[in-house]
Amino acid sequence: MASSTDLDIVNVTKRFGSHAAVDDVSFSVAPGEFFSILGPSGCGKTTLMRMIAGFEHPTSGDIRIRGQSMIGVPANKRPVNMVFQSLALFPMMSVGENVAYGLTCRGVSRAEADERASRMLERVGLKGFGSRRVTALSGGQRQRVAIARCLVLEPTLVLLDEPLGALDLKLREHMKIELKQLQGTFNTTFAYITHDQSEALVMSDRIAVMNQGRFEQVGSPRELYHNPATPFVASFVGETNRLQGEAAAASNGTIAVRLPSGAVVQGQGKGAAKALAFVRPEAVALAQDPASLSNLPNRFEGRVSAVLFDGAASSLLIDTTGFEQPVRAVLPQAGPLAGIQVGAPVHVGWTADAMKVFAA
Amino acid sequence: MIAKQASRLTLFLLLAPAILWLGLLIVLPHVEILVLSFSERVAPRVYAFGFGNYLEFFTEPLYWRTFARTAFMSILVTALTLVLAFPIALYIARVAQGRLKAMLLLLCLLPFWVSELVRTLGWMILLRETGVISYALRSMGVASQPVELLYNDGAVILGLVYGGLLFMIVPLANALESLEPAVVEAGYDLGGSRWTVLRRIVIPHAMPGIVAGCIIVFMLTVGNFATPVLLGGKNGLWFTEQIYAQFITRFNWPQGAAFGMLLLLLSSAIVWLGLRLTGQSLGTTLKQA
Ligand SMILES: Nc1ncnc2c1ncn2[C@@H]1O[C@H](COP(=O)(O)OP(=O)(O)OP(=O)(O)O)[C@@H](O)[C@H]1O
Ligand SMILES: [Mg+2]
Repeated sequence: MASSTDLDIVNVTKRFGSHAAVDDVSFSVAPGEFFSILGPSGCGKTTLMRMIAGFEHPTSGDIRIRGQSMIGVPANKRPVNMVFQSLALFPMMSVGENVAYGLTCRGVSRAEADERASRMLERVGLKGFGSRRVTALSGGQRQRVAIARCLVLEPTLVLLDEPLGALDLKLREHMKIELKQLQGTFNTTFAYITHDQSEALVMSDRIAVMNQGRFEQVGSPRELYHNPATPFVASFVGETNRLQGEAAAASNGTIAVRLPSGAVVQGQGKGAAKALAFVRPEAVALAQDPASLSNLPNRFEGRVSAVLFDGAASSLLIDTTGFEQPVRAVLPQAGPLAGIQVGAPVHVGWTADAMKVFAA
Repeated sequence: MIAKQASRLTLFLLLAPAILWLGLLIVLPHVEILVLSFSERVAPRVYAFGFGNYLEFFTEPLYWRTFARTAFMSILVTALTLVLAFPIALYIARVAQGRLKAMLLLLCLLPFWVSELVRTLGWMILLRETGVISYALRSMGVASQPVELLYNDGAVILGLVYGGLLFMIVPLANALESLEPAVVEAGYDLGGSRWTVLRRIVIPHAMPGIVAGCIIVFMLTVGNFATPVLLGGKNGLWFTEQIYAQFITRFNWPQGAAFGMLLLLLSSAIVWLGLRLTGQSLGTTLKQA
């Protein structure tokens, strides 16, 4: 049966005792898509992935790969392969044998398996490494062996469980780009799990944000970033300033939120007695002269309490009158405020569009 | 300078018990036995240097046949123990958790709280003609007459496997425990059947443990005395019995010494061969044990 999706998860629930690790989750992944599941530690990402791979069985719901239900199909018969968090390379085999393992399991002859393995190693940039022991590889090289070992089988779907978690920051940045390119050249569907929002944002076509066993929102990185559907997504994806208050009057599309100090902010969204408002640091405009912010509905004055210098990603923490937490704002290094010092007075402002309001 | 001497002295003092132990109990008797094995009795109480004791071994069929039988049976017992212990060790190392794991290991250890002799006598109580199993078979109507289950090779093998099991399970479980669960899962994930995963991942990983267990069990079995004698009776025909007979019954110490040396040679040769065939080194193997 032809199917327009590679993976369909239908109302899948997994309980360990009374605790639902995965709670009524549904989504689909299209062929060739890079799909990420992003969520904090313990939210059930690995459990979900292990159900797709066949190592756990859903308490209820269905898992379909290319339209075929995988319930009752053992892990070694599923057209999915997994890159484990710990990579799980076979230490008793050489690099070449690791890659050829899956092929020989399928009954491919030894000679052909070796041939295809060495071709695959060449494609991932490990030409001539076939006879090395896996213990004699660097972290990035092992990573590539683990992926080559899956891709050589030409699976419908590759599952990756935080494969970059064990690498140092520099290498992780590098592998992010490399993984994305690999996925592009092989045109294989990837389902990738991570708790690192920057990994998910950089690599994915679509991201599902998961929290406590449930999906909060599924969408493109841009959608999640600019139009978060829930307060959890707003605070988990990207840096943000979070304000708590109560919703006051709403008029022509904007809603006012009164902070405990009495200050009022204008935003967009829905609020109730209790409301949460979020504004991104890059949406906060800075000025020394309040006149230049006069067209913004949200205007406040404060004092710089910290300068977080990080090149292009530098930001300021500003103690703002009426706010419990300092406001974080991106500090453009090319602007007039680049040299601002701690203690300097500054005015902040943002549009109502930039402020998302949710009922808490 | 003085500090260095002092530290040497401490090292020497620390090593002294080990050296004494090795020297007095192992090296010295063996040198003595080696020397003894080359002395022939030319007349009553007159001995001369010669290879007669070794020649005697090759000319008397009973001796070398018993020898070969001991070697063969010991290898068989080792193999059986391995086959039996592997699933148990696999269960202990990979399935059982927490208290169950400790309980199972304790259960394996339990038979060793009584002496080997008592354990073997236990088997005799079960297996002899008037024993528990014979009685049960009769009362169930399976057998009409008392059944003698003792004094055959089966009984000897049973006793020896039972005695070796623990020494196989512990190094095996140790080796299997260090196998990362994700590696086994990856084996299945990439399409391996149970058999493939066992053959290509689990067994190669456990190899040092397998070899360590086999060496220990083989040595214990070859050198065992009570089990073949008690459970095998006249049919036991274990080489240690020949050594015992020469030393104690016949009072022919030089002959017994030659047999002892041959047994030592045999176990060393087979252990060496085993290490060679499996490509393991003694060092890594001993670490597992
Ligand atoms: N075999 C199990 N038995 C009982 N509870 C389990 C089992 N496996 C996972 N859990 C529980 O299910 C929840 C989700 O676990 P899971 O491993 O899926 O989290 P995760 O999102 O992958 O976290 P991390 O980012 O830390 O890897 C956790 O609360 C965990 O304690
Ligand atoms: Mg996880």
